[in-house]
Amino acid sequence: MITWIRGGNLVDPVKGTVEQVDVIVENGKISRMLPPGVFQEEGPGISRIEASGRMVVPGLIDMHVHLREPGHEYKETIASGARAAAAGGYTAIACMPNTAPPNDCRAVTEFILEQAERAGWVRVYPIAAISKGQAGETLTDFGELKAAGAVGVSDDGFPVVNSELMRRALEYASFYGLRVISHCEDRGLSGNGVMHEGVVSTRIGLAGIPDASEDIMVYREIALSRLTGRPVHIAHVSTAGSVDLIRRAKKKGIRVTAETAPHYFTLDHRRVIGYDTLAKVNPPLRSPEDVEAIKAGLREGVIDAIATDHAPHSSLEKEVEFDRAAFGMIGLQTALPLTLQLVRDRVLGLAEAIGKLSWAGATILGVPGGRLVEGGNADLAVIDLDYEYPFEADRILSKSKNSPFIGEVLKGIAELTMVGGKVVWEKR
Amino acid sequence: MVAQYERPSCLIEGKGVFFEESAVTKFEHKDLLGMGPLSVPEISLILDTAESLKAISARDIKKVPTLRGKSVVNFFYEPSTRTRISFDVAAKQLSADTLSLSATTSSMVKGETLLDTARNLQAMRPDLIVLRHPSSGAPHMLAKEVEAGIINAGDGINEHPTQALLDLYTIREKLGRIHGVKVVIIGDISHSRVARSNIIGLTKMGAEVTVSGPPTMMPVGIESLGVRVTPDPAQAVQGKDVVMLLRIQLERQSKVLFPSVREYASFFGLTTEMLQGANEGAIVMHPGPLNRGVEITPEVADGPYSVILDQVANGVAVRMAVLYLLIGGAKGDNVDQGR
Repeated sequence: MITWIRGGNLVDPVKGTVEQVDVIVENGKISRMLPPGVFQEEGPGISRIEASGRMVVPGLIDMHVHLREPGHEYKETIASGARAAAAGGYTAIACMPNTAPPNDCRAVTEFILEQAERAGWVRVYPIAAISKGQAGETLTDFGELKAAGAVGVSDDGFPVVNSELMRRALEYASFYGLRVISHCEDRGLSGNGVMHEGVVSTRIGLAGIPDASEDIMVYREIALSRLTGRPVHIAHVSTAGSVDLIRRAKKKGIRVTAETAPHYFTLDHRRVIGYDTLAKVNPPLRSPEDVEAIKAGLREGVIDAIATDHAPHSSLEKEVEFDRAAFGMIGLQTALPLTLQLVRDRVLGLAEAIGKLSWAGATILGVPGGRLVEGGNADLAVIDLDYEYPFEADRILSKSKNSPFIGEVLKGIAELTMVGGKVVWEKR
Repeated sequence: MVAQYERPSCLIEGKGVFFEESAVTKFEHKDLLGMGPLSVPEISLILDTAESLKAISARDIKKVPTLRGKSVVNFFYEPSTRTRISFDVAAKQLSADTLSLSATTSSMVKGETLLDTARNLQAMRPDLIVLRHPSSGAPHMLAKEVEAGIINAGDGINEHPTQALLDLYTIREKLGRIHGVKVVIIGDISHSRVARSNIIGLTKMGAEVTVSGPPTMMPVGIESLGVRVTPDPAQAVQGKDVVMLLRIQLERQSKVLFPSVREYASFFGLTTEMLQGANEGAIVMHPGPLNRGVEITPEVADGPYSVILDQVANGVAVRMAVLYLLIGGAKGDNVDQGR
């Protein structure tokens, strides 16, 4: 069985090129990549995917999602999250450990992989907890977790308060080649804050989370990375201060990588006016100046990756008073169009943007993919850059519909997603 | 572009835009959620209406039939004496039926959400719900969900519009004007809904507002609301016509905002001596309940400057005005048909 993806424009984030190439897929792998017109075979064993006028990109890789299983299956399951990912052009997602129970032991990691295998939509890479119970006290069994299939460690959602524990995590994780991902937040400073501290929080009377709450911990991770010589990855960067710190650290050769999420370069704190709980997220939507700094960080390569921080919550957590609502928004089906907006706004080139959505995550986590090469997995997406559509709740495949972008007109969509040579998603 | 939202005008204008006080007779709001949505003529209308209603409280028979057949639910999720009683008295003097709900007597204690409680209330078709709630924005959420009008009787640290309206009323009554009056607000500006509503209302009406208090209690970018910041209260009182104090919330104060009540009282408590710098005929206001000896010395609270009890009396009149304007039937009717 041969699949012939014909006439598409192949995006290569590593070479930074976009050129017309026919992609031939056999046995789940890319067997050949040929200039148009070279491949001419016809026959019953050949299925054809028409991609002219479309972009053929490496399957997107999201290094930061919350799948809520085990424990909160009413919000999302591994299957529903993986299906939403496929619809968003993703072929692989890495899920954070803050489930119930948390992914802090081999049994949970294996359970996640089994459920993902059963669901079958996209590849799922578990990220295990740094500390047992995500309690910030003792390290989890990194070696065993790695052997079970974990690709990184993070206490996402619960910042590691104890700096020594973080230091030891960096040192110990490096022995197993596990990337440490840090949720940077000084909870003492965040206090009972529910949005960015600034003129808007002052105006609408909501307790603020200062930008320094993030910056301080970003600096700590940089200092620990320098001290230990080990790499560290900063999750969901939202402030101008963080961008500045990471920029300087990178210049000094400190091994820090960083991701941001589409809402941090698309929305600012004014979106909270009206007390819309869909705009409540942690870190919070920041000021317009921060948004500009995030874009600059992406353009300059200070921020390596765009991840979604897909955080499903049901109406139980969202249809309540603002200060009682849960933090977080879903993002798997909006990340691509929102990132393509950066291309239209000339913040990023197309290959660069696709690279931040795919190659960057693959490189940081050390997982395959992120680039289409002969002999590699046929994990790819066919993208229509020009397709415009109102993003309505009925499009959302996550179990939870907590997106602040519902009702917005988005541009750009994954028409088809292929994982291991199998078409897992086709736009109706 | 994806992110489309209106720029909040309050952030751009800074100081309010003034209109000539015109005789508007229409009040086209379903809810009173804050001072922000009210125009200058609408605020004036509320104050004028309150003035004509205030006489009712002074009569032997303190009741007019204006809101007969209307129902007002007082829904208080936070303890409150003054505001709850004030709304209750106001509604009763206008002959509305009132019923009171508190967090402890409602199904909230059984785990019912605010929205469910509100939807159930709505099913009984009240005309107005007066809501006091510890979460900023709770009345805004309710207003979108229920048909009944919502009056915000204090939401978290956001707004307390009827308090600001009664303060405006009291200033106008005592000083004869609001425009150009110099006001200082002293206390925890960050966590005060009274301060926030007053800042919006006063600047809108053309008063000059200064805020004062320890820097730990000053919210970021407060200047963007059109006020001046003078941390030293003695200095801030200089040349002012109105000194408005805020209650130090001893019960919810986290330790870090100031070291001790004693220290706060000695540096920020309003004394007779400090008041010497204020303008001739200056008034001292406080939304209550007082912490005597903390933000205000007993001498000042009971002294000739103090209009604190007038504020309470005016509160009833202003709340009657708000009730009347929101659900008073055909607009332009004679308010006082029971004469």
